[in-house]
Parts: sequence; structure tokens; C-alpha cells
Amino acid sequence: MNKGPLYSYTALFDTADDIIHAAEEASKKGYKKFDCHTPFPVHGLDRAMRNPNSKLGYWALFFGAVGAVSAISLITWISAVDYPLVIGGKPFWSWPAFVPVTFEVTVLLASVLSTVAMITFYFKFPNTAHPLHDTPYMKSVSANKFGISIQADDPKFDERTVKELLKSLHGREIAPVFYDPVESFHGLKLWDLKFIGVLAVTALTVSALTYGTLNYALYMEPFNWMMNQPKLKAQKPSELFSDGIGMRQPVQGTVARGFLPYAFKGKPDEAAKYLINPLMPSKELIERGKGRYLTFCSPCHGNFARGDSRLNGQFPNPPTLHSDKVRNWPDGSIYHVITEGQNVMPSYAAQIARDDRWAIVHYIRVLERAHNAKESDLQ
Amino acid sequence: MTMLGWALFAAGLVLTFAAYLVDHRHAAFNNVIGLLLLISVAVGALFLIALEYLTGAVWSVPMRRIVEFIGGLVVLVPLLAIPLFFSLHQVFEWTHVNSVTQDRLLMAKAPYLNEYFFFARFVVFAALWIVFYRLFTRNSLRQDTVQEATFTRRNVRLGALFMPIFAITITFTAVDWIMSIEPHWFSTILGVYYFSGTLLAALGVATYFIITLHENGSLPNLRRDHFYSLGALMFVFTNFWAYIAFSQFMLTWYANLPEETFWFIKRWQNGWEYVSVLLIIVRFAVPYAVLLSQDAKMDPRRLKIMAIWMLVAHVLDLYWLTMPTFSSNVTISWIEISTPMLVAGVIILMVSYKMKRHNLIPVGDPKLKRGWDFHL
Repeated sequence: MNKGPLYSYTALFDTADDIIHAAEEASKKGYKKFDCHTPFPVHGLDRAMRNPNSKLGYWALFFGAVGAVSAISLITWISAVDYPLVIGGKPFWSWPAFVPVTFEVTVLLASVLSTVAMITFYFKFPNTAHPLHDTPYMKSVSANKFGISIQADDPKFDERTVKELLKSLHGREIAPVFYDPVESFHGLKLWDLKFIGVLAVTALTVSALTYGTLNYALYMEPFNWMMNQPKLKAQKPSELFSDGIGMRQPVQGTVARGFLPYAFKGKPDEAAKYLINPLMPSKELIERGKGRYLTFCSPCHGNFARGDSRLNGQFPNPPTLHSDKVRNWPDGSIYHVITEGQNVMPSYAAQIARDDRWAIVHYIRVLERAHNAKESDLQ
Repeated sequence: MTMLGWALFAAGLVLTFAAYLVDHRHAAFNNVIGLLLLISVAVGALFLIALEYLTGAVWSVPMRRIVEFIGGLVVLVPLLAIPLFFSLHQVFEWTHVNSVTQDRLLMAKAPYLNEYFFFARFVVFAALWIVFYRLFTRNSLRQDTVQEATFTRRNVRLGALFMPIFAITITFTAVDWIMSIEPHWFSTILGVYYFSGTLLAALGVATYFIITLHENGSLPNLRRDHFYSLGALMFVFTNFWAYIAFSQFMLTWYANLPEETFWFIKRWQNGWEYVSVLLIIVRFAVPYAVLLSQDAKMDPRRLKIMAIWMLVAHVLDLYWLTMPTFSSNVTISWIEISTPMLVAGVIILMVSYKMKRHNLIPVGDPKLKRGWDFHL
């Protein structure tokens, strides 16, 4: 087999102490480009080899910072700028809620990207060839020997001197290692045709599969069975009924329970004249009215119907219910406004049951009385 | 160093006495801070000893005796609590019978928060700590002369027994002395919070003494490799403290329940907000930045500074935890340093005292040589 240029000279040792000693001697002699290989981590080897501190930590710090900034920016954009939602009553930009995600993204980017940086810049990915692969040296070192490999591109390298040094250290099996001419070691080469080719093919295949699945496969039998069920769903057509409509009308001449139409729809004056509060005021009824009032009415009209809610100041203002106009209204008018709405106020018929509306009317009367109390009330 | 110890002790004693005469309630609150500081240092030291035995650690063996000396402080914990047990009414709302009977929550907590049970708990915890201290050190000291591995094995088993007891006693110490100061509040993570501070305080004291003794030649053969672990532990538990502190805050904030949030709101008003921000900077931001790099963790000078910093940060933390109940407005007076100074003096005096009577190195420990040879 052809041999490429010389890569390094290697030697094997039997104990961890020997490799530490060898590393110390090699670095004392001034060699910088050499490496030690051990079957298990040997404490103190870094120090003996006089390895400078790795710069990878700075990569991790940088990527962590990128992660933190990206996460906070993204969350701020999402939560406070693009689609603000009130979550749990908290402000749109709530940093305590953002911290866990930001922290995790920081750690994620720092760890993953510094690993990627390590294999790209330090291990020269995607060039995975290395002259030491599959050598007898590497096999020994993976099993039960400790090895040193002094590289030929070290400025102080000289074949004879290195061999003498290794012999003086009582290294065994002192042997040269050559580059393999087929798998050559060119340094950083991200733009390798094969590598790019594989990346491109993978990207295209995955995209095509995804597209095919989501746009075609999902609509083919049997994957469409969940989507196209033979049962009748609301607002879908039907072949079963003669008019082709799936939904049926209620039986003629009937009214569903609780669905009696409001008799005074669109007729506030008649509601005022003819609607009378059917419920007698009692403590429980007023408590119920109070509860319903606080739930449905207080956000706009204020907790005590003074019109002093959060909405105060905008136009049109939710009015106070202690005005002369409302105080002089019959109960039916208030009931009518709750049922139909008025101006900007929507109808609350769907939210508040009819009896509850009367309870609210009682409570409003109580509030009005409280606001315009007579001296005699205090006794 | 003993001179410094006597000076701090005397000054602290005078200040504490004066504080009790001038402002009984303030002095009592400060006494709580001092007591919690002393417990942190002493019981945290026991934790470190147990941890070394349990994990079979090698790097810390040459330094373990110093940590044992610090553990000796447990016998002084009851002494520092004596003035407090005459001042319970000044500190704890739940000792006021009138407040309790009119308060549904305090009535419900009364089976736990009453003076008898409170006292009994403290006595039992202190007794447990002292017993474990004596057992650990007896084995360790005996091993100096009778050089047998059985003492190590015994201490390993003792360590295994100690750990859950440590967890429980430290948690309930925090509950009794920190959480019950504000008896309407509760936090299930406060025990862990106090534990993180405890560990940092104990590490701080240990690191300071170890490096000082190394520098004056009493603890030879220690290298940057040994110091690295001390620095790494300080760094790690700084992060741990921040994690726990933030968790406590975030969960309270998110749930937004008035029964819990009032505690944090108090610490964000009337000047306390500055202390809160200061706490984050002092307890997390600065130590994180200073101890981040690997070289920084191995630098003895930097570690000594950070060790003292950790202690000061712990006092600040205890101050932030307890004092807002004393006064809604931030109060800083000479009383704040009275008991901490006393405790600092006591720590120095105890370690000096022990140093004169025992070996500084556990000469009989079977792992000692490996400890000397330890390399990163």
C-alpha cells in the first residue's frame, strides 16, 4: 500500500505514571504538537502536557449569550408586540414568566452549538479521516496501553531526535504513522461535494416526504377515515333526508324549554309599562343579585354602580346607575336593557338567566337606596 | 488570628448587649440572624464532612480536619439562642395569645407554633447536631492514632444516617426561625433556600481557613487542583441559590395569591426593593461572574475574597428574609452588625482553639496520600 507523508512518531507505555512522565519530558523539550492517548482519563495529564486552556469555553459563552438574547427577543415579540394575550391577568411583558424559557434556550444553544463548534473547528468536521485510525497504536491505546504521538509538523520535529527521546523514555513499539494517501487530511473543508450532496439529498427527501404526507397521504384511504366519517355532523349536508340538509327543524308548534321568545323585543316602552318584577326581594335573592351583578355588570358600571370602573374615561362612558333617569325607571326598563342591550352595551340574555336578571334589578335598587339613603335608614 | 477573633468577639458582645438595652426588638431580630448564621456555618460543616465520607471523595481529605473544627461550633448554637428564648414575644407574632385567638390561621397552626413545641424542637435539633458532631469527630480523631480503616467505614455509615436528619433539621430550622416570623406566609421551598445559603456559608468559612492555613504553611501540599473543587462548589451553589430563590419568587408571582404575595410585596416597597436588587447582585451576579472561569476557581486569592463575600451575602440574605417583618421601612443601624460580628469572632476563636488541641490533618485517614496526590 502506498504511504503518504509522515504524520507522527508514536510510542507506548505501560502505566499512567509513565505517560505523565513522557508528557512532561516532551513538553520540556519544547514540543507543542503532540498528543497523549490513554484508555481512561489520567488526572494531571493536561498539566503535564502544558496544554493551554481551551478556547471552547468562549464559544459556549458566546452561544449562550446568543441564546439568551434570541429567546428574550422572540418572547417579547410574541407576547408584547405581535399577538398580545392577557394570560392570568398579567402584563403583556412579564419577565418572571419569560425566565424559564430563556434559561433553557440559553443552555440549549450553549451546549449544542459549542459541541457543533467543537467538531467543526477543532475536529475538522466533516473530514472524519485521521491518520491514527485503525493503527495498531490506537488499538493498544484503547485497550491497555498509554501512548504518546509527536507530530511531524511540530517546528522542533526531527525524526532522529524524536526517536531517541522516545527510546530514552523507555517507550515500547516506537513506530511512525503515515497519512493515508486516499483519505487525506486537508483541514477545514465544509464545502466538500460529497458532504453537500448528502445534505442536499437529505433535505430534498425529507421535504418531499413531508409535503407528500401532509398534502396527499392524509387524504388517501385509510388515513382519511378519521376525517371523513359517515356520521352526520352539524351543518353538513345529508343524503338521508329529502331536503338534503343534515340539520332538522324543531317540531312545528313547539317551543323548547327556556326558549320562550322575549315578548317585548324591540319595545322598551312596553317593557317599562308591562314588565313587573315577579320575584319578592329576600336576603338570598339579593345576595344572588349581588353576585351576578359583580360578575356581569361591575366591569363596566363599577362595583357600586357609580360608573367608575376601569372603562371610565373612554367614550362612550358606561353610565352610573344612580342617575335620576335610572332611579326613576321602572324595573321592567332595567330588565329590558339587560335583555336587549342599549347603545354600546350588548345583550346579556345569553349570559344571565331571566330570574337572575330580576335578582340583579333588586340589587341595583338596593345600591340606589344605599347611595341616597335617608336618615331614617340608619336607625 | 486569635487576636482578631477576640477583638471581633468582644466588640460583637458589647454591641449585642448594648443593642438589647437600646432596642430589645431590633436586637432580638438581629440575634435571629446571628443564630441562623451560626447554625449555617456549623451544621453546614457537618454536612460537608458527611458528604465527603458518603461520596468517598479524595480531594477534600487533607482539609477535612479544618471542617471538623468548624463543626465544633454546634455546641455554641444553644448559647446564642438563650437570649432569644427570653425574647420570643418580641419576634414571633404567634406567641401573642391575643393575636392568635382572634386569628383563624394562627389557631390552626397553634399545635405546631407554640412556645413549648418550638423550644422542644430546637433542643432536639441542637442535641442531634451535637451528637453527630461528637460521633464524627471521635472516629476521625481516634483514627489519627489508631490507623484503621474501620473508623472511615463507621463514619460512612454515620454520614448515611446523618443526611436525612440534616435535611429535616435544616428544613424545620428554616420553618421555625424564618417562616414563622411571618406566620401567615408559607413557602414549601424555604428549607431548600436556607440549605443553599447554609452550604455557601460553610464553604466560605472552610475555604477561607483552608487557604489561609495553606498560605502560612500549616496545610502544605495543597495545590490549585484542590482549591478548584472549593471554588467549583461555591460557584455551583451560587447558581443553586439563584435557581431556588427565583423558583420561590416565580411561583408566588404566577399564582398571584394574596396570602402568599404579600411577603414579596413587602420586600418591594418602602426601600426594601433596593435590598432585594442588592441581594440579587451580591448573591448571584457578582459571584457568578467572578467564579465563572476555570482559572478563577483555582486562584487562592480570589477564593479567599469570595469566601468572605459568601458570608456577607448570607448575612444580607438573612437580613432580607427576616427584617421586613421588624419594620416595613428599611432600617439599617449599627445593630445590624452586632450579632454577626459576635458570630464571626466566635468562629475564629473556635477554630483557633481546636487548632491548638488537634492535628490539622487527619493523619490516619487511609485516603490521605491519594488526597495529597490529587490532580484535576
